[in-house]
Amino acid sequence: MKVDRSHSHPITMYLATFFALLVLMILTVVMAEVHVGPPGVSAYNNLIAMAIACFKATIVVLFFMHVKFSSQLTKFWAAIGFIWFLLMFILFADYSTRPRERIEGWEKLPTDQTVAPH
Amino acid sequence: MSVKADPVYHQFEDIEQQNESYIVGMWVFLVTEIMFFGALFLAYVVYRWNFQHTFYEAHKLLDVKLGTFNTVVLLTSSLSMALSVHFAQLKKRWHQLACLGATMGLAGIFLIVKFFEWKAKFEHHLVPGPGFQWHGDAPANQAQMFFNLYFAMTGLHAIHVVIGILVIGVLALLTFKKHPLVESFVPNEMVGLYWHFVDIVWIFLFPLFYLIPV
Repeated sequence: MKVDRSHSHPITMYLATFFALLVLMILTVVMAEVHVGPPGVSAYNNLIAMAIACFKATIVVLFFMHVKFSSQLTKFWAAIGFIWFLLMFILFADYSTRPRERIEGWEKLPTDQTVAPH
Repeated sequence: MSVKADPVYHQFEDIEQQNESYIVGMWVFLVTEIMFFGALFLAYVVYRWNFQHTFYEAHKLLDVKLGTFNTVVLLTSSLSMALSVHFAQLKKRWHQLACLGATMGLAGIFLIVKFFEWKAKFEHHLVPGPGFQWHGDAPANQAQMFFNLYFAMTGLHAIHVVIGILVIGVLALLTFKKHPLVESFVPNEMVGLYWHFVDIVWIFLFPLFYLIPV
């Protein structure tokens, strides 16, 4: 389907996106101060912060970058980079299952440099 | 809406195909940019995973107020960039130029704030290297790694902001001179895509460096 690109969008769409971004930014700053989940566990706060950041990025891509109104080919290229990015981190989850092993000759590192599992 | 038809080059079927290929080309470039920044984000996650507590201690030395201010500045510059595309589509040249000027001005403010943030880090001996001084309880080398990543990632982002200012400046100059290259709104849209990408990178950098939870 051919998309008419010269068709402009109402200014209110850009303003609404902008205000949504500002509100979400304030939400991120506030949520950083509120601890969620069991004490000593930062995973929930990290998840919330990254979820908000992903949502912000999504509305920038959809409305500021006009991907919502673009052709299928543009949508594909807009998505593929972020999918690659996500895939890299999903594959990387394997890292957490592998403890750092001692290497011969490297035992005498000062405590400063050894990896402390948290 | 009566808009003067843009020239269609001989390799394209029609104006829609031509515009689409410009936009897709820009997105392909942005994919390489995602991969470029992706490596640094992965490095960040490795060290954050291992040294969460040190990163928490080290991040307290960053100024959240300045970071938040810079986020607002960059989000506003994204809005003015989006509006410049909007006015380019409506062929409102002076509105478009005003928006491009605002975007450049806001980008300049972002860099000035960044400069003073970095300057404070130099004065407090928090720049990685032989002069690095750390007085916290957490191991110094791990804290140094935090500042390594901080300078590498915000530095690379700042380089993108500088390039953005230059590109927007060229676009504004061509638009001012009514150069045939920028008769269509598509060049402005392409510069806009780049600028919004720079904004997206900051959207992720801001919580990762300034808002680390306990």
